[in-house]
Amino acid sequence: MASAAPAPEARPPAANGAERGPRTLGVLVEMRTAVLERVAGLLRRRGYPVRELVLGRTEEPHLARLFVVLEEGASGEQVAKNLNKLVDVRRVADLSAQPTVVRELALIKVDVTPGTRQEVLLAARVFRARVVDMGERTLTLEVSGRPEKVDALYRLLRRHGVRELVRSGPLVLVRGPQST
Amino acid sequence: MATSAVQATPTGSGREVAVRIGAQVLVETLRRLGVTAIFGHPGGAALPIYDALYDARDIAHVLVRHEQVAAHAAVGYARATGRVGVCLATSGPGATNLITGLTDAYMDSIPVVAITAQVPTAVIGRDAFQEADVIGLTLPITKHSYLVRDPADLPAVLAEAFAVAASGRPGPVVVDVPRDVSQTPLAATRGEPAPSRRPGPRAPHPGQIAAAAALLREARRPVVYAGGGVISAGASAELTRLVDRTGLPVTVTLMGKGAIDEHHPRCLGMLGMHGTVYANYAVDAADVVLAVGVRFDDRVTGRLRDFAPQARFIHIDIDPAEIGKNKPAHVPIVADARAALAALADALPDPLPLEPWWRQLGEWQARYPLRYRQGDDVIKPQFVCETLARLTADRAVVVTDVGQHQMWAAQFCRPRAPRTFISSGGLGAMGFGFPAALGAQVARPEATVVALVGDGGFQMTMQDLITAVEWRLPVKVVVLNNGSLGMVRQWQEFFYRQRYAHVFLRNPDFARLAEVFGARGRSVRRPDEVEAALAWALAVQDGPCVLDVHVDPQENCLPMIPSGQSVKEMILG
Repeated sequence: MASAAPAPEARPPAANGAERGPRTLGVLVEMRTAVLERVAGLLRRRGYPVRELVLGRTEEPHLARLFVVLEEGASGEQVAKNLNKLVDVRRVADLSAQPTVVRELALIKVDVTPGTRQEVLLAARVFRARVVDMGERTLTLEVSGRPEKVDALYRLLRRHGVRELVRSGPLVLVRGPQST
Repeated sequence: MATSAVQATPTGSGREVAVRIGAQVLVETLRRLGVTAIFGHPGGAALPIYDALYDARDIAHVLVRHEQVAAHAAVGYARATGRVGVCLATSGPGATNLITGLTDAYMDSIPVVAITAQVPTAVIGRDAFQEADVIGLTLPITKHSYLVRDPADLPAVLAEAFAVAASGRPGPVVVDVPRDVSQTPLAATRGEPAPSRRPGPRAPHPGQIAAAAALLREARRPVVYAGGGVISAGASAELTRLVDRTGLPVTVTLMGKGAIDEHHPRCLGMLGMHGTVYANYAVDAADVVLAVGVRFDDRVTGRLRDFAPQARFIHIDIDPAEIGKNKPAHVPIVADARAALAALADALPDPLPLEPWWRQLGEWQARYPLRYRQGDDVIKPQFVCETLARLTADRAVVVTDVGQHQMWAAQFCRPRAPRTFISSGGLGAMGFGFPAALGAQVARPEATVVALVGDGGFQMTMQDLITAVEWRLPVKVVVLNNGSLGMVRQWQEFFYRQRYAHVFLRNPDFARLAEVFGARGRSVRRPDEVEAALAWALAVQDGPCVLDVHVDPQENCLPMIPSGQSVKEMILG
């Protein structure tokens, strides 16, 4: 898992629809008044355990995709049913239950010294991270992949001192011709 | 300029084309949607809309004295008829005053469209005079909301708002209209309203109906638990047919009162915190519960794990999110209640073998009737409710406020038809009763409408007596006056060691107050005056009247299952 190859998402999804790991819901919404507030407000109001909320534009200018990542162990069913009631929600899918491509982008700013720089660069190479900024005392890496891969690189770099980290949250598409 | 009704604008051809402003399009669209009454209050940002209403003689605009009344009245209108209730308020404080009423509509799934004026688009977000973020404020209490940015969108937005409010599980919808949008002249609207994406009534899955029928056929102690969804689906006839065929016992929620004729021998009355003993015992002993149009509210279930502990549940609801929310359903049926009950009645053509069960139920009914003791000196509030029920043959529209009187009304008024018992269920909003009765009376001018209220709740919205006088609405306000916030007092007595904190009310003379407003008023202090006074009130036809009925200040509402407990902890009368 920690190495970049082979693509870890190639393995089949858990037979029971991913009981393990956090559940991700894909929500296709119309970009109308306050749509993000409607979704975020619903999740807050009903006390659903949301770990991450990601909004991205799509192939249609009036549609956006939202990804709701729930805390581990939370059932997505009630969340999905309530999201489905919002007028601006077109579709809700439990993406943990089907084969998907998942990608997250992260920027990681690491402290470096002349003594540690090579080690950090080696880690970057193994993880296929790009160096996007390099100074005397810090180095900023851009890495993309499954969230677990970002986790792994972050864990590896932490002992050097991660000064700043920002993650995009996951973007997900269903594999094959069917829509997400 | 734009305040003139119709403007003439020269065109290239030299001919003149009538140009309308957004507000005129709005009013015209409301008319096309069948709106005949609006409850509202004007203000700065709403001026263009009111100017357009000036010419709309066919739409009754009921000018209320507080926007909270407009929202509650729209709910009363909707609940008495099943049609969408409409309220209208200006920006800022006008809109914020609607919020309690909209929340009530949200909790009880009532179709209401609230039109709020907004400050001009150019100054939205700049803390303009009378600006409030109405969309933001109402997000958690509406089914949906719209901010209209282009007057050309008004017809489509309004049509969609009405469709959203009335379809599926009904609820309130806000349409926020900035002043410039209603003021702007426009040549053409954006075509005809787009066909609604709202799905029509949903048919039940035949397999699930078969499973439910099988479960009911096997049941030895089944109970139907019917709620407001039966009424909003118009499914009373189907429920009655099912019960007539099978002999199933029925208990109703506060919102479900009137879903079946409560004089029907199979009806056990209301269940829950202040429900009948036998309804609660029935559910407690049930092996199958057919829940229809209900949401397993805590005032019904008490402690969830002790609610119908031996039962398997069939749950019919139009809203899939209700199924499994509080109790797992063994047979979930996501469907319109009317279609589902009709299908279930078809699947169960014969009487079910329930004789032993009915023997048990009959025993409980005989042993634990609702009761009170009416002496010669002090009026018991239950006696007033029971006398009212008798004098009206339970055919009046009874609208209650919130508190003890509400529960007594729920116990002793046994409506014969749907939409004749109206109460603030989920939100429990004091101040609801009288305005909702206004709305019901506007909707049904021919009906006898009684606002059964407490002295506390009535004082929250009684200023609108003048509105009833102005419109000659013959609402009969019956104040069960116990000089306190009775339900709070009862809880303080039971659960707070009789420390009566801030619960006793110094009241005005409600009868004289009514006269000041130009309404009729009478005080009632003795039990032997009750019947004549009620008969007098029921006969008043040319405007509102107020009966100030001084009832026993010590009386408690029983039976009672204390909050969060179960039928085992029920306090009997």
